[in-house]
Amino acid sequence: MELCDYSALEMVRLLRAGEVSAVDLLDSALSRIEAVDGRAGSLEPGEITTEDRMRVHSFITLTADRARARAQAVDKALAAGEEPGLLAGVPVSIKDIFCVKGTPSTAASRILSTFVAPYSATPAVRMEQAGAVIVGKANLDEYTYGSSNESSAFQPSPRNPWNLDRVPGGSSGGSATSVASGEVALSLGTDTAGSIRQPAAFCGVVGVKPTYGRVSRYGLIAFGSSLDCPGPLARSVSDAALMLQVISGPDRHDSTAANVLVDDYLANIEKGVKGLRIGLSPDYFQISFPDPLTGEYHQQAVPDEIESPVRRAAQLLKEMGAEVIEDVPMPNTRYGIPAYFVISRVEAASNLHRFDGVKYGYRTARPVRDLSELYRRTRGEGFGAQPKLRILMGMYVSAAQYSEQYYRRALQVRSLIRRDFDQVFDPNGKYRLDALLTPTTPTAAFELGAVYGDSVLMQYADQLTVPANHAGVPGISLPAGLDSQGLPLSIQLLGRDFSEAILLRIGRAYEQATTQDDWRNVRPAVLRH
Amino acid sequence: MTEYEVIIGLETHIQLNTITKVFCSCKADSWIDLPNTNICPVCCGLPGVLPVLNKLVVEKATLLAEAMHAETRSLSFFDRKNYFYPDLPKGFQISQFDMSLAHGGYLDLPMPQGYTRHVTIHKLHIEEDAGKTVNQHGRRYIDFNRCGVPLVEMVTGPDLRSADEAAQYLIRLRQLLRWVGVSEADMEKGHLRCDANVSIRPVGATHLNPKTEIKNVNSIDAVRNAILKEFDRQVREVEAGRRIESWTLEWDEDRGVLRKMRSKETEADYRYFREPDLLPIRLTDEWKHDILRNLPELPLVRRERFVKQYGLPEYDADILTSERSLSDYFEAAVKNYGGDPKKISNWLMNDVLRMLNERGVSADQLKLTPRSLAEILKLIDAGTINNSTGKALLEKVETTGRSPAEIVASEGLAKVSDDSAIRKVCQEILAENPKEVESYKSGKVTLIGWFVGQVMKKMRGKADASLARTIFEELLQ
Repeated sequence: MELCDYSALEMVRLLRAGEVSAVDLLDSALSRIEAVDGRAGSLEPGEITTEDRMRVHSFITLTADRARARAQAVDKALAAGEEPGLLAGVPVSIKDIFCVKGTPSTAASRILSTFVAPYSATPAVRMEQAGAVIVGKANLDEYTYGSSNESSAFQPSPRNPWNLDRVPGGSSGGSATSVASGEVALSLGTDTAGSIRQPAAFCGVVGVKPTYGRVSRYGLIAFGSSLDCPGPLARSVSDAALMLQVISGPDRHDSTAANVLVDDYLANIEKGVKGLRIGLSPDYFQISFPDPLTGEYHQQAVPDEIESPVRRAAQLLKEMGAEVIEDVPMPNTRYGIPAYFVISRVEAASNLHRFDGVKYGYRTARPVRDLSELYRRTRGEGFGAQPKLRILMGMYVSAAQYSEQYYRRALQVRSLIRRDFDQVFDPNGKYRLDALLTPTTPTAAFELGAVYGDSVLMQYADQLTVPANHAGVPGISLPAGLDSQGLPLSIQLLGRDFSEAILLRIGRAYEQATTQDDWRNVRPAVLRH
Repeated sequence: MTEYEVIIGLETHIQLNTITKVFCSCKADSWIDLPNTNICPVCCGLPGVLPVLNKLVVEKATLLAEAMHAETRSLSFFDRKNYFYPDLPKGFQISQFDMSLAHGGYLDLPMPQGYTRHVTIHKLHIEEDAGKTVNQHGRRYIDFNRCGVPLVEMVTGPDLRSADEAAQYLIRLRQLLRWVGVSEADMEKGHLRCDANVSIRPVGATHLNPKTEIKNVNSIDAVRNAILKEFDRQVREVEAGRRIESWTLEWDEDRGVLRKMRSKETEADYRYFREPDLLPIRLTDEWKHDILRNLPELPLVRRERFVKQYGLPEYDADILTSERSLSDYFEAAVKNYGGDPKKISNWLMNDVLRMLNERGVSADQLKLTPRSLAEILKLIDAGTINNSTGKALLEKVETTGRSPAEIVASEGLAKVSDDSAIRKVCQEILAENPKEVESYKSGKVTLIGWFVGQVMKKMRGKADASLARTIFEELLQ
């Protein structure tokens, strides 16, 4: 185990104890990146080589110089006896959907490939103020539109550290791979339908989608503004709690950032689950998907391999004193994806309007006759397939003649999904749950190229995660074993608004109950020598 | 021949006079700034930025809504109006669509001809301004300074029936905006911008014909002239058997002509949807109550009251209520004076208004306070000074800032009412002007005024004129 494999908490402890310096931590991280990352994503990747297939490719931009300056500043502050912050010296990555001052902030799109942000996103500012050292901007699906990271305009795209022929999930794919392979201890991702939890699940790390509004969205290049949540990816529940502590809270730059007091997430994290009510819902043990030919809706149970870690977790939590409530109805779960298809695309199409080649980013090099040709060429050349699909669909379903039957209806479905959660979390209701325990994903990591191209099927990878985005409630994905092929399995906990502390507590209890499990000692393939 | 009437509706954009822009902390007004120097990531719509609502915008818009007798909603929403234009940096404008801050409302226009036109308000909502595009030498220049400037868009019903009424609407609206203190309403600076929707129909008809929209009518004269031109054009078209098409026209102020910008066969689809980056506006009763505490008595109401309470002629009341500060000045002066309000009105309309115009200031900026004015009038009433000294005092008080009584004392301006002093001067004058004495005695008694004038001249205006007159009458007997 190298320095870079330590938890963030341990790194900070060693740093404060004077046993390591921030520069040591950075060097360890950089040498891990050197060892496993391979070349950074680029717009002109040429052929993907055998060498490329053996690397994780977490980053679009490495910010080693900036990071070194920051690390030295942390060491200097420590030497001067100053308080260095909760994340002092911890190497972190930032999903490249966030603006970080002075860094290319690309959204993994050609159209923003030349954009250098003149300001920093609030959660990134807070991390740096807490002493974190940003080593790079992590790769993602273009504009976060995807669940495999394959749609990035910057190739090679990230590969799953557990099996380099598999996708890392997405859209926070580079965030998940960078954490899973020890390149960084923490990563700032975003979750619009599952984009933190799904890649965390695929890569065997912890991913937290906080309550909508818990973490400021200022500086996050928007996808679905009413759904987007920045949040942490980490290797342990406590590290995730530590990072969430730093990035949460109201922000004068974001009026949707809630004015709700931030809990001390680490204070009660070891308190166990005694007396907590944890629910299991049959609606989360099945998936619904449309037949690609007929469009008919099918339902199918999730595979045993996916369900059994959830059952086992329920059993363990019960043994630790939690009350497990079965058969909790969440009847509108199945409509999550169709409603999401509409709402997210209406917001996405509008959010993409500003990328027009006029002010910043890519502009067509070809001569144009008039303004509309400038728009068409710039956007035609600058956007990849995924943004274009979202623009087409978003424009369609928000058009005056269709918005009633699509957009308005989707909003109604969204309130029904929210009602499902309200009912089961109602402290005076029938179920009075503290958390709902579910699988995070219907499958483990799929093969590169297996789903990409079928954007409908791709979207269904999010169906167990998207309800939390509709409802705005927090969710956390936890590693929960390995499947028969050695791929990470996961469980998900969903809670009521602003109940992150409880979810983290349950997650930590589960983590402790499984420390002796064999799979806990297995390292990702990329780290096995 | 058919007689036609013109049907006009006006769309106005009103720039609120807040300190900062509606969604960021840039200054709201960029009148003196160079292009693209009063901007930030938020108003330029950089990737990742979010709007944060300036509360003062809601407060000013609420005041305006109340002044327009509109009904405010306790819960209203922002919406995105999506369209592409280079000076719209986000590719959408944050506006309000179906659930705007206020709805309904009206403005009554007292017309000089004596009737009152009731103009209904169809829309009243908050939105952000876009930037400015300037086409020059085949290039397009964009200035983002104006992006995010707070506006209220207000649209009237098709209620106006003449170009004069349209002009009057703008005059009254401008007065009201300044009166309530929500906008500087300077049309030259674009604080109050106007588009006019114009159609015609035979007198007596009740249906509405297709209208044209005239953009860029940004002065009161422009509104009047453009509508007159468009009315004539539409009449000509219809008389020639052609149909009026829903064009968008542009008024060229310099040449005084209308130009066709585009035909408007289909309405643009702006794909409105709720702005997810902003919370709804919750205008609670308490908040609204707080806001409306700052709502002054409205001009037309005050005008009525001035007629009733102070017995002023309509004409006086109208002029005195043209500006809030002037009407406040009047009332304060009346209160301080305690005598006939009409006297105060006369002094204001004859002398003080001239001072205001000459100095280019408003009544509240005068050093000549209502109290000083009242004091001058009281000095005259008490016979301490005469009328002309009083008028001269106006300027003196204004330039020195000293009180009238002080000036009178220090400059010795008090009227001389000492009989013997005046008598002496009168005797001198009679001695010096035997010819005039002769004419008077032979019957030209009107010369008495001339004699009194001579006294005033000699005594530098300080003499008590009526006393001088009595003395002359006595001496000349």
